[in-house]
This record gives sequence, structure tokens and C-alpha cells, in this order.
Amino acid sequence: MTLTRRAFGATALTLPLALAAGCGRSPVDAAQAATSRGPIRIWVSNNEQELAWGQAVTEAWNTARPDEPVTLQEVPAGASSEEAISAAIVAGTTADLVFNASPAALPDWVRAGGLVDLTTFEGGREHIEQRSGERARGYAEDDGAGGYFQLPWKSNPVMVMFNREIFAAAGIDPNAPGMDTFESFLEGSRQIVGTGASASALWPAPTSDFYQPWFDFYPMYLAQTRGRLLVEDGASTFDSPDGLAVAELWRSLYEEGLAPQEESTDDAMTMGTTAMQLAGPWAIATYRDQIDYGFMPVPSADGISPEETITFADSKNVAMFSSSQNRLTAWDFLTFATSEEWDGKLLELSGQMPLRADLLDTYPDYFAEHPDYTAFADQADRVADVPYLSGSIEIWQRFRDEFSASAIFGKKSVGEALRRAAEQIDPLVQKGAR
Amino acid sequence: MSTSVPARTTGTRSTADSRGPLRRLLGAQPLGLGLSLPYIVFLAAVMAYPLGYAVYISFFDYVFTAPGMDMDHPFVGLENYRIALTDPRVLQSFGNIAVFLVINVPLTVILSMVFASALDSVTRWAAAFRVAFYVPYVTASVSLIGVWMLLFSQDGLVNTVLGPLAPDPSWLVNDALAMPSIALYVTWKQLGFYILLFLAALQNVPAELYESASTDGAGVVRRFRHITVPSLRATTLLVLILSIITGANLFTEPYLLTSGGGPDGASTSPVLMIYQKGIQQGNPDVASAIGVMLVILVGVLSLVSNRLTKER
Repeated sequence: MTLTRRAFGATALTLPLALAAGCGRSPVDAAQAATSRGPIRIWVSNNEQELAWGQAVTEAWNTARPDEPVTLQEVPAGASSEEAISAAIVAGTTADLVFNASPAALPDWVRAGGLVDLTTFEGGREHIEQRSGERARGYAEDDGAGGYFQLPWKSNPVMVMFNREIFAAAGIDPNAPGMDTFESFLEGSRQIVGTGASASALWPAPTSDFYQPWFDFYPMYLAQTRGRLLVEDGASTFDSPDGLAVAELWRSLYEEGLAPQEESTDDAMTMGTTAMQLAGPWAIATYRDQIDYGFMPVPSADGISPEETITFADSKNVAMFSSSQNRLTAWDFLTFATSEEWDGKLLELSGQMPLRADLLDTYPDYFAEHPDYTAFADQADRVADVPYLSGSIEIWQRFRDEFSASAIFGKKSVGEALRRAAEQIDPLVQKGAR
Repeated sequence: MSTSVPARTTGTRSTADSRGPLRRLLGAQPLGLGLSLPYIVFLAAVMAYPLGYAVYISFFDYVFTAPGMDMDHPFVGLENYRIALTDPRVLQSFGNIAVFLVINVPLTVILSMVFASALDSVTRWAAAFRVAFYVPYVTASVSLIGVWMLLFSQDGLVNTVLGPLAPDPSWLVNDALAMPSIALYVTWKQLGFYILLFLAALQNVPAELYESASTDGAGVVRRFRHITVPSLRATTLLVLILSIITGANLFTEPYLLTSGGGPDGASTSPVLMIYQKGIQQGNPDVASAIGVMLVILVGVLSLVSNRLTKER
């Protein structure tokens, strides 16, 4: 083979790639996009209730503003929506708005240049802070002082859902379970399994996914510490007596077989193979026709009163992608869809709590008609979310790995695991802060 | 082929030199080049470019960004490799894959060869047997994994049959049994494909060899050992290398069967780590370093396999 033919071969290999690379990712002219109006696309979660809300709000918008049509799409499928959105940001194929942004993933999307600061729009900061009140600051850059790359949209305050029939069979009063301390929670769990009322007391997913702590350790940690985040002031907080108390509760639950170490192959609540789960208001619609359920606040070591219990918000927020070419329309639609009227519609259709101040006073008729949701609306005023951190997912993964090794599988003590997790996480927090 | 011989003579070189520049560029068979071009482009786009880019990324402090985002990616030398090699979870994943390969590769080679020989000698129901072995291979892994989860769960059929002999903790949440369970599952699932490879190779073994050996008094085992095994040397190498490559790239099974590499990382594979670090956690630089090390490892194992199976 001559040199010329080799060069030809190399060109044949690289030319299509260079062309593909050049054509695939073309940046948007941000200055022009910021003043442009026109058609936009929005992404919403693919669950039935949120899709119904999405269809209703886009239809209402398109009727009122036919010259700036909005197209509704489901968030692209993936193992999690965070991964699908991350990939779309890199590829430049995102919609204009997403109504399903996870606060854990969001700082990394900001770092990747994938989002637009909503305070660059006229009245942006005011809209966000008037709507959500003081708690909005937890979702802003620079410890609340900087821009908002997300509008805090809705929360699913985590509470303990229980099967009333199983509780009754175990000799626990379903109207007053009295399981508000770690000790009484553990005792009640022993009673459920010991009496044979159910095969397990509760069955959270014992898997290694980074987000699983949000549905076992973290809600109880927030309750126990009265709202202390996993990381505060540039350092982890959980390697403490409070963190240890929560982790030891979970260790006891797993060690005594009250919580299975294996993932359930079906819905354990529906099948009656477990008595409790940590869940948000979304669970009401799911289990309404399946089981006779009740809710109680997450426990703490000494039993903080329900009125003071803080839990995990499990919020999902709205963000605007930097791929948006018609950002004025996108901003107008965002304010339209997060108005009092459409937040009320979201509540009505999905039962999820709009992240608004004074929820109970804003929608009194709804809560009068749906008393099941009142406890969640009340709890929605006392929630905390994940800390706003770059590299947040890696941090949660490190925590999960150590929690799994100790609390779930007992390969090391929970004290050692919390210390090891803090040693790994603190440098990551510092690195992300740089 | 006889036609290629004259092309290597000195006489032809002078003829080639006298050809036009286009002819020199495209060679004697430009049509062949044209026909192979789509595959070359495919290889370049899907294999060569990503591999080269991954090697590049592994030497930089790299994060994925949106189009138009200007971000520095400073050169960090071997730092990403240091991070990967000092992460106990990454090392554990390589250890896990070693366990997997030690169980899966020999089982795959031996069982597929034995079953292929047996199927080759079967005259009745041969097609039915072949289909039976091939069905798991063509069935979607996700659905098969669902069945295995039900079989091997705490209250599954296997533990019910074993009764007091059932392991505690159960198969998929047992440190010592999770990876071997996955290795057995993958062996079972892939076996049909390798059996087909051996069956095809067996068609080329002359029947006279077996007849002569039988005449000389060789039994089934001796015929298998002295005729079948040596005759299948090239296919054995292929099966070895393919099973090493597919085994080293294990992802779906630990992701689904043991819920993300559980229990406590006992079934995490390097590719699962690449997925977690690169896609979930936004560290494509460290993920690429793991990927490059995996490519090197697979290359070395394939070379060793080649040496071991070479005819002396």
C-alpha cells in the first residue's frame, strides 16, 4: 500500500467524523434567543397525571397564543430522567423547558452550560420568590444569593404510609400508631413481623442507586436534625450522633429481618408483603383502590411533634435549557404554567404539592374535598431538599455505598461507614465548590 | 488465489508505477474499495473515533458540556488513572469480573463444545434440540432476568426446592454467590450462540477420521479428545476470545439481576462503573480511564488465549 492510499484511507475514516462532529452541536445565539418569540417544546414527566396536566396547560396556552405554539413531549426515556436530560444537554437536543428537573442533577447541568438563569428575565426573581417564599433561596446559586436556574415547582413530602389492616392485625392502633420515636418504630416493626401480620415491616429498595437514601436514611435524618442538609457550609453533617442514631435504626431493621435485603419482585405494599413505606402524596392515587392506607410523619429519636417534623421534599422543578431559541416565549409559558390557576390544576390532577407558600390557604376548597392530602399540604410547609452542590450525584453515590455496606449488609459498623463516607464526600464538596 | 501471485513480482511494480494517479490512489480494484467504504465509515464512526476520543479524554480533566459552552479541559497526565486505581469500588469491579471470567469462560468453551458434539451426533429431534439451546440467546435479556429474579429470590422456586439447603443470604444478595450466579446465567444465555459456532466447525471434520478411529478401537471419549478437540482449535480460539470480550463488557446482568451491582458492590462490573461515573456522575474522564484499562485487559487476555491455543 502506498503512502497516498494510506492518506486516502485515513481521510475516508476521519472526514465523515469531522463532518458529523461539526453538524451535530451548533450553539444557540444567546443574545438573540433572549429576545425571541416563537414555537417552543416542553418536557414533562411520563406519568399519567402529569401528562394530563401538561396537555391541559399547553392546550390552554395554544388557544390563547396560537402564534407562539407549545408542543408537549414526555421526558426522553432512560434509566432515570436525569441521565436522559444530561445526554440531551450535551447533544444540544433538549426542549425549551423541562417540568421535571431534579435539584440533585441541576448544579451539574448549570456547570455544563445547559441552563438559562431565570433571573435574567424581567421579574424572574420576584416571580420565583413570591411564589415559593423563603424556601426558594435553597434552590438558588451562591447559597441563595445568586441566580435561579430552576423554579421550585412541586414537592412530594415524604411521610410513612402504612397498611391499616396489617397494623390492626399486628395489634397496632391504625388511628394512633404511636410510632413516632425510633424505639417505638422499631418495636412496632417487630410486632408486625413477630405476629405474622406481614412478612416485613417496611421494604425500601435496598439497591445501590444514588437516590435511594432519599427514601430511607434522609427523611429520618432531616426529621432528627430538624432540617439539617446532608452537606452544609462546605462540609458533610451526617457523621454525628444524629446521623448515627438514624443509621443504627436502619441497621436494626435490616439485621432483625424487619426490612428485606433483597429488592421486591413486585409491589410489596399492594401484595401485603410489607406494612409500611416512605412515600409522598403520589402514593394516594396509586394505592387508593388497592389497600386501606394511613399516613404518619417520619419518626425521630425522641419523637418530635408532627407540627415540627421536617421531611424530605422530593421536589421536581422547572428549568429552561440554553438550547432554547425563543426564550421570551419559554419564560412567558413558564410563568403561565406556574400561576395560581395552573398550580391548582396540578394539585387537582396529580395530588402533588405545588411549591407555593400557604398551600392550605391558597386552595381551601381542594383540601376540604380531599382530606387525605391535607397532611401532605401541612407537611409541605416543613420540607428540606438535597443540598445545592456541584457533583451532587457522586456525593450521594458515595453515601449510598457506605450506607449499603453497613446498615443494609452489615459488613462494617454504621459508625465507621458514616466516617468513611464523610472522608470521601468532604473533598468532593470542596472540589465542586472550586 | 493464483491471480494474486503475479502482483508480487518486480515486473508488476514497474507496471503499477506507470498507472495514473487516480488508479494509484484507488488501487487495482476500486469497486472493492467502494463496496467496503460504508463499513469503513461505520467502523470509524462507531468504534475508532469513540475509542480514540476516550483515550484522549482519559488524560484530561474533562466534563461534558452543552454546545457553545467554552470550558477548559486541562491536561492531567495519568491523574484519572490514579483516581481509578485508588478507588476501592473500581478495583472491586475488576476483581468481580475476574471471578466472572474464571467461571464463565471455561464453562462456555467446555459446555458449548460438548453440547455441539452431542448435537452433531443426534439424528432424531436435532432441529428441536438446536432451537432449544438457541432460544435463550435470542430472547431479550431483560425478560429472562425477570424470570431468574423470580427463580433465585429469597422465596423463589430454587430456594423452595432446596429447602433448608438454600443459602442465607439468598443467591442474589449473597456476597459469595451473586457474581457466580450471574456467570451461570450468562453462560446459559449465551451457550446457544457458541454451540452454533462449534456445530458449523464440526461440519468440516471429515467423517473418515472418526470411522478410522472407531476401527482402531477408539471409544467416544478418545475420539472426542483426539479428533474433535484438535479439529476445533480455531473455533475454540474464537469462542474463547468472544466470551472474554462479551464477559469483560458485562453490564445488563449486574444492572438488572443484582439491582446495580449489589450486594454492596459484590457484582459490580467495570462497565457498570463506567456507566455510573461517566453517565450518572458526570466524570467522563475517570470513566474513560477505566474504559482504556478494560480495553488493555481484554487485549492482553485475548493475546494470551491466542498463545495458549496455538498449535505447537
